Amino acid sequence: MYDLIVLLVLLLIGYFFGRMAEKKHYKSIIEREKKYAKIILIATKYAPAEVLNQQSSLVSGSVVISVDYFKRFLAALRNFFGGRVTSYESLLDRARREAILRLKEEAHKKGSNMLVNLKLETSSISKGRKNAIGSVEILAYATAFYPDTKALAQPNAV
Amino acid sequence: MLISNLEIIPGKRIVKHLGLVQGSTVRAKHVGRDIMAGLKNIFGGELKGYTELLQESRTEAVERMQEQASAIGANAVLNIRFSTSSVAQGAAEIFAYGTAVILE
Repeated sequence: MYDLIVLLVLLLIGYFFGRMAEKKHYKSIIEREKKYAKIILIATKYAPAEVLNQQSSLVSGSVVISVDYFKRFLAALRNFFGGRVTSYESLLDRARREAILRLKEEAHKKGSNMLVNLKLETSSISKGRKNAIGSVEILAYATAFYPDTKALAQPNAV
Repeated sequence: MLISNLEIIPGKRIVKHLGLVQGSTVRAKHVGRDIMAGLKNIFGGELKGYTELLQESRTEAVERMQEQASAIGANAVLNIRFSTSSVAQGAAEIFAYGTAVILE
C-alpha cells in the first residue's frame, strides 16, 4: 500500500514537472531556432566554393537530458505492448535540436555564419544501470568558416 | 594547429599525410552529481553536471590528440570523429581521432 502511494506521488510529480519543463524547453528552442536561422548549417563534407581561403575551426555543442518519471513509466508499459515509444521520441528530438542550437551559438559567438559537415552522435551514459536509458547525450560537431579572421581568438576550443 | 572534421580544407593543399592520431579519456561522475541526476530522473530536464563533465573530457581528449599530432610534426588534424562509450557502470570513455597532416 505504502509503495503504491510513493509510486503515485512520483508519477504525479514527474507528470507535472516534466510537462512544464518540456513546454518551457520547446518554447526556448523555437525562439532560438528563429534567432539563429541565418547561420547556414550543412551536412555535406565538401565545403562550398564561397568559403575558399577562409579560416576554419571545429565547433561543437552537446547536451545531456533526462526523461521524467512519468514518461519512463509510460515507456516501460510500451515495452510490454510494443509500438512507438512517443515519450522517448520527444526526448531525443529536444536533445538533438538543443545540441544543434548550442553548436550554432558557439559558432555565432566566434563570428561564423557557415557550418559544414555536421555530425551528430548519440549515446546513453547511464547504460548498464538498473533503470537504463532515462538520459541521453547528444553531441553535434561541425567545421565553422570565418569570413573575418580576427574574430578567431581560440581556434581549438571544443 | 588547425582542427577540422572536413577531409579537404578548401584552398589548402595537403603536403604530407602522417597517419592516425588519437586521444582518449575515461571519466567517472562523482557522487554529488549522481544524486542530482537521480533527482532529475524524476523531474526530467537537462543534467547540467553531466553536460559539463562530458565537455571537459572531450576537450581533454582533443588536447591529447593534438599533443600526439604536434609530436610527429603535423600542423593540422583533419577528418576528426568523436565517439563515446560507457566502459563500466558510471564511467564514460570519450575518444577523439583524426588524420594528422602537413598543410602548405
